[in-house]
Amino acid sequence: MTTIFKNRLFWPALILVVMLGINAFTSNQFITIKDGHLFGSLIDILRGSAPLILVALGMTLVIATGGIDLSVGSVMAISGAVACLLISDLDNQNSLSGVFIAIGAAILVSLAAGLWNGTLVAVVGIQPIIATLILMVAGRGLAQLFTEGQIINVQSGPYSALASGFFLTLPIALLIAAAAVGLTVLLTRRTALGLLLESVGGSPTASRLAGIGARRITIMTYVVAGAFAGLAGLIASADIKSADSISAGNLIELDAILAVVIGGTALIGGRFSIIGTVLGAVIIQTLRVTVVAIGIPAEANLLFKSVVVVALCLSQSPEFRAKVFGRFKSRPAAEKVGVPA
Amino acid sequence: MTTTDMTPVTKGGEGPELNKRRRVYKPNTKYVPILATLFLLIVMYSSGVANYRNFDDPSVIVNLFRDNAVLLVVAVGMTFVILTGGIDLSVGAVISLTTILTATLLKADWPPLVVLPAVLLLGALIGAGQGAVIHFFKVEPFIATLAGLFLARGAALTINDESVPIRDDMWREISDYRIVLADGVVTKPIAIIAVLAVLVAAAVLAWTRFGRNVYAIGGNSDSALLMGLPVGRTKIAVYTLSGFCAALGGVLFSINSTSGWALQGNGMELDAIAACVIGGVLLTGGSGFVWGTLLGVLVTGLIRTIINFQGDLNAAWSRIIIGVLLFAFIVMQRLVTRKAK
Amino acid sequence: MGEQSPVLEMTGIRKVFPGVVALDGVDFRLFPGEVHALMGENGAGKSTLIKTLTGVYEIDGGEIKLGGVPVRISGPLQAQQAGVSTVYQEVNLCTNLSVAENIFIGREPRRFGKIQWGKMRRRAAELLARLDLDLDVSAPLSSYSLAIQQMVAIARAIDIEARVLILDEPTSSLDTAEVAQLFRIMRRLKESGVAILFVSHFLDQIYEISDRLTILRNGQLISEHRVEELTQVQLVEKMIGKELAALEDLEDKAQSNRERAAEAKPILEAKGLGRTGAIAPYNLTIHQGEVVGLAGLLGSGRTELARLLFGADKADSGELWVDGKKTTLRDPQAAMKHRIAFSSENRRTEGIIGELSVRENIILALQAARGWTRPIPRKKQDEIVDKYIKALQIRPADPERPVRNLSGGNQQKVLLARWLITEPRLLIIDEPTRGIDVGAKAEIQRLVAELSDGGMAVLFVSAELEEVLRLSHKIAVLRDRRLVEELENTADVDADRIMQTIASGATS
Repeated sequence: MTTIFKNRLFWPALILVVMLGINAFTSNQFITIKDGHLFGSLIDILRGSAPLILVALGMTLVIATGGIDLSVGSVMAISGAVACLLISDLDNQNSLSGVFIAIGAAILVSLAAGLWNGTLVAVVGIQPIIATLILMVAGRGLAQLFTEGQIINVQSGPYSALASGFFLTLPIALLIAAAAVGLTVLLTRRTALGLLLESVGGSPTASRLAGIGARRITIMTYVVAGAFAGLAGLIASADIKSADSISAGNLIELDAILAVVIGGTALIGGRFSIIGTVLGAVIIQTLRVTVVAIGIPAEANLLFKSVVVVALCLSQSPEFRAKVFGRFKSRPAAEKVGVPA
Repeated sequence: MTTTDMTPVTKGGEGPELNKRRRVYKPNTKYVPILATLFLLIVMYSSGVANYRNFDDPSVIVNLFRDNAVLLVVAVGMTFVILTGGIDLSVGAVISLTTILTATLLKADWPPLVVLPAVLLLGALIGAGQGAVIHFFKVEPFIATLAGLFLARGAALTINDESVPIRDDMWREISDYRIVLADGVVTKPIAIIAVLAVLVAAAVLAWTRFGRNVYAIGGNSDSALLMGLPVGRTKIAVYTLSGFCAALGGVLFSINSTSGWALQGNGMELDAIAACVIGGVLLTGGSGFVWGTLLGVLVTGLIRTIINFQGDLNAAWSRIIIGVLLFAFIVMQRLVTRKAK
Repeated sequence: MGEQSPVLEMTGIRKVFPGVVALDGVDFRLFPGEVHALMGENGAGKSTLIKTLTGVYEIDGGEIKLGGVPVRISGPLQAQQAGVSTVYQEVNLCTNLSVAENIFIGREPRRFGKIQWGKMRRRAAELLARLDLDLDVSAPLSSYSLAIQQMVAIARAIDIEARVLILDEPTSSLDTAEVAQLFRIMRRLKESGVAILFVSHFLDQIYEISDRLTILRNGQLISEHRVEELTQVQLVEKMIGKELAALEDLEDKAQSNRERAAEAKPILEAKGLGRTGAIAPYNLTIHQGEVVGLAGLLGSGRTELARLLFGADKADSGELWVDGKKTTLRDPQAAMKHRIAFSSENRRTEGIIGELSVRENIILALQAARGWTRPIPRKKQDEIVDKYIKALQIRPADPERPVRNLSGGNQQKVLLARWLITEPRLLIIDEPTRGIDVGAKAEIQRLVAELSDGGMAVLFVSAELEEVLRLSHKIAVLRDRRLVEELENTADVDADRIMQTIASGATS
């Protein structure tokens, strides 16, 4: 098992290393210390990938249960809209307590969105892709409604620190993402949650009959996904110091799902890998930066992404491996048996 | 010594016979969603007539077909894909690619009668490629068509990221052509093409082997394979068809706006999926009708019309209402299928 | 039937999977107008042989001749075109399509490319009439029972003008009347010259319908016989390659076991418990250390009755008393709090989690009971799992292997282990021995007897009367979703007695 698992992450890791290598070569500052902070393109990549890491983390848990959450982009938009709306109403936009309240409210709304998704999936019993499609369509409308179709600008130091601030020489956004990763790993691997998630994803009926409260666990994953998406929405909106309910988190669900798949978690649920997902998210962000860094117009990023998607999916497809590398490589564990002519 | 149970047992041949023709649900359940959509459409239209002046003008209905011609064509292709249990996320991007490519080629003075088949063929080829990856390498449709989305949109942006006007005579003539249906009721060729697409699709689904194979694969693709049906060929064909429909949609778009733009049709895949769902096409595959999709498109179109008539409503409301409708229809489908179980 | 030339002749068939030789030089021949049973334990190579014939697998060696001509079958479609049709155990039809379509899809009557629906429905009805079936051919297949779906699959197969019809365990989900109907159809087909390859786990059925049988073991051909040449005991010996001593041993043990303490206290009492459309209200009491057998045909409500006692389905009438206290079981979790365990008949879909390892599958129920916040320490897990792999002789004894790679019998043992480590007081097992080989079957039966000796109450559900009779202290008989009789398993109770109840529904 472990060898196969290592194999699955080998190619993604290699691709990441190569792309980072290109970056290190082309950028004049790959990693350096300035004003007591870490700087450079590596740090930029990591900082920039924070929202995607957050969204993809939640997505991993949802996908592990055999679900999918298409609404994360809309939740980001809602969360950013709520926070910016509350902050713009503050007398002093730099008031720390005011910003905290705004952030708290945004997270609360995101949790509610996750709860809605989870309830539709686990209680009403709707297919996840459809259940979350509802919020995906309507959520952005809600965000637009909150902001009355306008882009809300905020001038709040504490709020923009979420995206561009530093703490202990490291970007706060990166720290938030790292904390979320740590929390998720702790939550799933130090408790039995990971096993129960994989069991529910592997077979919901069998899990129920084994006495697993699949319903509660499933709802929980959507709530976590909602909260992480909300957090990502805050970082993204803090980055541009405004709430743009149309473009915030647009298409991020696709990137997040992609990150999960690159990380070796199958879309049908079951076994999942959090480290794989983080790797996937960083790859996607690195690709975005690298394409620009080597002087290719930003528009071509999508083309490269499609190439990466195809390459990775094919490399993970047993059928493709079998066809290309012959059948001896498809099942490395098995012993070979001579076939007489 | 313990003996038995209560109620007297029915005697006679009813026992085993009962097993023989045990009905689980009434056969007409498959029409319930489509009838509900039809009912909704009638209610919406009637309330529009009751509340707004001039809503009873026949051109309101005729214009629905004109304004939603592109969506209708794309949704027809999507219906085939969804019926097989798949999904095609690339349609919006294929529209973009088609419009920008059409505009660019025409600007370069390619003969329109070469451009037209060329872009349609390209759409079909993209679809066929996706279908081949899905079938031969067992990549999930979601991921494979996501790659297609990136590829097509990336290609479109690379060609030109700005809007390109079309000055070709043929395009302009078709665009300006009006068909008089009755006194004061005119429509455009694109509406006629869309309606034709629906008719052809409905006939294909109901009366051809290909159409029935589509349903069989959506019902149970493993069984379909064991029954000797051409599963691979059919799967590739539906994605090809969807790609073709998307390209046709793109051509209609370019005719309607006499321009091409790489962000044209952004998010159209969502609208098409939503229309299918509202029209009662089950996302799990194997159940639904093109007529349902038509009704779904009309419902979403009518919502926009009503919001236009209302005048003072935020455009965000159309998203929210479509979301609410999605919710209502999905829950209804869920109730119908649950009863069937 | 004279010695005509065989319609199908397979010689020296070899099929290799990575790590396993599934078929090793197997010969098989099939004559027109005969029913030929393919016999063997699970893993003997029966299904592999069938799949090479239907084009699902390609052979690595040997030759297949159809009507004397060597053929290469590269897919299900080619197999059908060559005149080989198959009806699988899990009915492989599309339940969302109509009955008529399921029979004709791929070969619909057409004019100018347009399907002629009317003609298709008419022909479907005619075809079904030949099988004594009167169905609404335009209704979706999902509206009919599994047995009917099976018949429709046969109708599809024979319309292909099959020379060879393969029936892979068609009877495993049919009741007696349905089996009789199937056999009638098989005889009719036989008369018309179709060669039928028949696979079934039920020996009586084999002897009733077959002319000839071929026995496989471990991917090798053991022998081919005319049915009358071989007694059932000889057949079983050839299949498993060992004496049946194991089973008989158990028989004695259980006999003595039946004299259990009469004053054991009741663990669970169902009073008028029922669920509309699933099982009529029933009374049932289960005592400590008692094995209660549920007998009845498929669809008689056996499983439905058992599921109510585990909260797998919610009862909508009656009361359930556990330890003399009235309670309701809203879900399996509630039942597990009372230390009731339930192992489903659908091993693959409702039992194991295929992707997870043997270890994870075994600890799953215990972990679920503890809740996700209190993980079982890895060291403890390994201890428990090792102990049960040894005790139940789970093979291969590798706790980290994905459970889907185990054989059916071993998967069943994993499920038993899963529940045993929760130390249940009442163990409900639904068809634990279905579709597993004779050796594993005996082991599981022995285990049940031992558990009840140790004071555990067991509710044992099985389609095999012999098994129920062998193990149970008390037998509850079901018919048409009703519990019709409950009797002590005394010396004068035998299979005939129970069959009579099942057939007539009479109360004593």
